[in-house]
Amino acid sequence: MKNKAEVVIIGGGVNGCSLAYQLARRKIDVVVLEKKYLSSGATGACGAGIRQQWSTKENIELSMKSVKIFEKLSKELGEDIEFRQGGYLIAVHNDKDMKQSEKNVEMQRSLGLKVDILKPEQITDVVPILDVKGMRAIGATFCPTDGHANPFKTTFAYANAARRNGATIYTHTNVVDIKLDNKKIKEVITDRGNIKTDTVVNAAGVWSKDIGLMAGVKLPNIPFRKEIMVTERLEPMFEAMVISFKDGIYFSQQKEGQIIGGLPIPGERSGYKTIPTLSFVKHMAKTLTRYAPVLKNVNMLRHWTGFYDVTPDARSILGEIEKVKGFIQCNGFSGHGFMLSPRVTLLLSGLIVEGKTSDILESLNLDRFKDKKIERETSVVG
Amino acid sequence: MKKRAIVCRCEDIIEEDVVKAIDEGYTDLEELRKKLRIGMGPCQGRVCIQLVTKILEKKTGKKVTKKSLPTSRPPIVPVSLGTLASDKK
Repeated sequence: MKNKAEVVIIGGGVNGCSLAYQLARRKIDVVVLEKKYLSSGATGACGAGIRQQWSTKENIELSMKSVKIFEKLSKELGEDIEFRQGGYLIAVHNDKDMKQSEKNVEMQRSLGLKVDILKPEQITDVVPILDVKGMRAIGATFCPTDGHANPFKTTFAYANAARRNGATIYTHTNVVDIKLDNKKIKEVITDRGNIKTDTVVNAAGVWSKDIGLMAGVKLPNIPFRKEIMVTERLEPMFEAMVISFKDGIYFSQQKEGQIIGGLPIPGERSGYKTIPTLSFVKHMAKTLTRYAPVLKNVNMLRHWTGFYDVTPDARSILGEIEKVKGFIQCNGFSGHGFMLSPRVTLLLSGLIVEGKTSDILESLNLDRFKDKKIERETSVVG
Repeated sequence: MKKRAIVCRCEDIIEEDVVKAIDEGYTDLEELRKKLRIGMGPCQGRVCIQLVTKILEKKTGKKVTKKSLPTSRPPIVPVSLGTLASDKK
């Protein structure tokens, strides 16, 4: 094992691997440490969606710029990441939510995003299998450039490109401690050896909190177990991701034909338990067949659990920590790490290499929780 | 016609695909599963996982322990959404 590096990234999910790529192509000597295998955490369990319709300005900007990168990513990395833009259809169920949606759309449009507000009868033009009455929708918003990509292939493609540019990735390697010297990062201790470095990136998803504590930093992140299911493969029927903030449901049909979707587990609690539950399956099947009754004869093949690394305002924690020099955060994505990763890691690589900061990095710094007033991202599903 | 040794019937993966992926550096059963979609089809990996494990052990010379086998995910057999949504006992 290498005994020193310019940057050590903890976590081999999509954010860790894409940041490794961004740093390696800028000739930085970077090491990624992953305790299991690449994409073994939230990335590998995620719903694969890429959305730009948010309620906060930072998330809209991060995701719009991420989509621009996703559009060219297969070419840039030399591997197909199966990026497709079938749009996101967000169901709206009552007048109050419609007002909030109109407000969101106004901000999204002011930032240059093309979003449509659909009447109930226009919903089935986008997704023919939906039952507008069953889903109790009074309308919807639709952004045609939202979409999805394959999270495994994206992570592997980033990791392969990072290695080609000189990055070193150690899987099945546990970080056990982080040594500081006068409030500066000094060394990362693993179960396979120690690496001297002055910069550590905490991209460990729901385990970021534990990594933070190793450096004496308390992060407000809370792990939430989420469940998701997949059906057998079907003929292509629709291209959009369908979501509802009220019901919490999201589902889409993937390239191979299977429908993937999830929704919050009734009585959901924080924790690290990863056992799929029958209550999820029943609740999901009921809601999904209410939205799309034609799916009632379709078989569910598997369901599994993943995690959301949730912060108090449902937005990520990015950038350097004030009290520990060289300790960079890239976590707290609250369920949206995959879709924001291209732009987030580009910004963080600029911060690490050139010390370049930006309004977005400033406003998503851990510092923000010192203030009592935080602006919450309200457009959350799953 | 070229001989094709099928490893995974659900996802139409042949021995050559597995060997190629291992050569590319996917030497973890879970990584192979996520790259090739083995074990993600209706059979739930009953056919492919054992075969892929054998190929992996042969190629790397390392024994695959029970601990590193992919997580099994319910249900054991496919169930229709209508059945799962029903309240009938």
